[in-house]
This record gives sequence, C-alpha cells and structure tokens, in this order.
Amino acid sequence: MPDVEIRKVATFIEEIYHEGGPKANVPHKRGAVVAVIANPYAGRYVEDIQPFMEDLKPLGLQMGQKLIDALGGDPKLIEGYGKGSIVGVNGEAEHGALWHVPGGYAMRELLGGAKAIVPSTKKVGAAGARLDVPITHIDASYVRGHFDAMEVGMNDAPRANELAFVLVMSTGGRIHDRMGGLAAADIKGEDGLR
Amino acid sequence: MSADIRKIAVWVEETHREAGREIAPATRKAVAVAVIANPFAGGYTEDLTPLMDIGAELGEVLGKRCVEALGISPADAESYGKAAMVGENGELEHAAAILHPKLGAPLRKEVEKGAALVPSSKKMGGPGQDLDVPLGHKDAAYVRSHFDGVEVRMNDAPRGNEILVAVAVTDSGRPLPRVGGLTNEDAIGKDGLK
Repeated sequence: MPDVEIRKVATFIEEIYHEGGPKANVPHKRGAVVAVIANPYAGRYVEDIQPFMEDLKPLGLQMGQKLIDALGGDPKLIEGYGKGSIVGVNGEAEHGALWHVPGGYAMRELLGGAKAIVPSTKKVGAAGARLDVPITHIDASYVRGHFDAMEVGMNDAPRANELAFVLVMSTGGRIHDRMGGLAAADIKGEDGLR
Repeated sequence: MSADIRKIAVWVEETHREAGREIAPATRKAVAVAVIANPFAGGYTEDLTPLMDIGAELGEVLGKRCVEALGISPADAESYGKAAMVGENGELEHAAAILHPKLGAPLRKEVEKGAALVPSSKKMGGPGQDLDVPLGHKDAAYVRSHFDGVEVRMNDAPRGNEILVAVAVTDSGRPLPRVGGLTNEDAIGKDGLK
C-alpha cells in the first residue's frame, strides 16, 4: 500500500474570552490540527480504497495527540470534537470518507473512550478552501451548549493531488451558551446521545 | 489602558515536503493573533497614545505565544513580522499606532536580540479577510532565504469595532531557498541589515 506522505502539518488554537457578554475567567479553547498528505488515488478511479484507512491510523493518533498537547495536554479538558476532510480537485469526495475511521477512532481512543459519534463534514476543494468543521459533545451528542463549529483552511492546500485531513477539539461549549436543552452536567454518557 | 481581548488564536505550520523533496528538519512558522476592542472606533481621536500602549502589551503577549507554540528557546527564533487589520469603524492610523511606536521592543525581548526592523503590513478589513504578515530575518534584514510571509484569517474577526493584531515568528526560512544572497550562516546581525 502507499505510504502516507505528509507535506504539511498545522495546528490552530483559539482562546475565546468573550463575545460581547460576560468575560470567562478561564477562556474557552477550540483547536484544529490539519495534515496535508499526498492523495494516492488522485487522477483516476480506484475501486478498493479501504486499505488506505489502515495506513492512516497512525496519522490519526499522531494528530489527535498533537492537538491535545496544543490545548494544554490534559485529555480530561476536552469536551467537544469533530473532524473533516478537504479533497484536492483531482480526487473524489469518497476519498474524504477515508478519514472517518482513522480520524474518529483515534480521538475517541485518546480521549478515554468517548461515547458520541464524531460529527464530520467533507468536500472537494482547491487550495484556500475553507471547511466549517462541526463540533459536538464527546459523550452525548444532544448537549445543546456544545453544538459548535470551527472554520479551518490553508492558503496553499490542498493542492490538486492532495488530501487535507482535519481534527478539531474544544474545551467547552459556546462562550455565551444560553439556549437551554441538555446540559453537559446532566448527561448519562452511556449511549453517546444523552 | 490595557487591551480588551476577545480572542487569542495561535497558528503553527510545519512544512515536511515541498516540490517532492523531504524538508528535514521541517520549516516552521507561528502566528499569534489577538482580537481586541478598538477604543477609538466610530470617530476621530487625535491622541492615539492608548493604542500605542496596547501595542507594547501585545508585542510581549503575542511574541511569547509564538515562541511557546514553536517550542523553541528565544535565541532560536530566526525571522519575524507583524500586521494589523482594523474593523470598518476604525481608521488605518489605529493600526499604525499599535504596530509602530511600541510593539517592537517587547517583541524583540521575546525573540532575543532582533536587530532588524520588524517587517509589517496593515489594512482595513472585516471578518473572513486574509491578512498577509510579512516575514524577515530578525537580526539581518538582507538574509534572502528568510524573506517570506504567512497568511492569517479568522471568520469572525475583526468586527466593525475591533482590531485584529498579528505577530509571526519562525525558526527557519523558506523550505527550499535557492535564490542566493546573504545567508543565515554569513549574517553578522549587528546593524540589523547584513
């Protein structure tokens, strides 16, 4: 199988102190890690692409750990997550789906067996394309205060024959969450939903 | 007056391959951004001293964030740059007040030395606009391999009454420099130029 050939890795961390309302004593953090790799299937149709998911597993774990470290190093602080991919224009959206298993399960493993499905998005795009990566609570998808998203993109990626894979994590909900619904403090955290 | 900071964001990118060649060690750039309230939005104010003081504060805060994010000792920083984008209710002179009188000295402390002019750019702009931060060698502006730039962009800043302030620091030049000129190794670094 093809090696995972990495051209760039980038991390992006936001600390949010307020958005016009009360200032947080501890800022909320959102972070993203992006890996830009060669797309081994660019430019042609390949029927069996699943083996590449196995090759991507170590990358998923490396990226997840890098992001946890950039957010302070303590996996217990992470409350929300999401993932996404941008496929360079010589690839197909299906290549972006390769990220579901290696990206999602890496984060769940690193976060101590997180229960909720990892929300995701994907698209085909050129260098400079922006991806709005959805975020939800790691153990209970219905936690309303943690529905969020983070925009990610790079001016020079993905090139036509590349894939940009993204993981995002957050340390809390929206900074001025006041829409009610299931609160993080009230979840059971058994079925991944509530 | 100290800055009313709404957000701080830090972006780090590593380039591991370029043009099919391995880059080892990877070249790395960090950009730290503060989104602050513009105390003078909405009218003309003659005396911009408070913004100059905010510039000093942010030179330290953002310079430190970049060096920390790169995980280097201050002496290992090789190039730097700064830029500001002023939301629509401010004026370009507000960017100048932040960037030029006082931001440089505390930034230079964070990167140790810094004999060279800190290259800069500024513009008016809104959320989602690109800001290109110029980069130049921190001790010898003529080092040709270190002329570069790095793009920052935030989907939610700067709002009309805000200013986005960016400081960039690297531990390296371009990935594959080969246009000659003064090299990092041959730079004397006393006069800020050669």
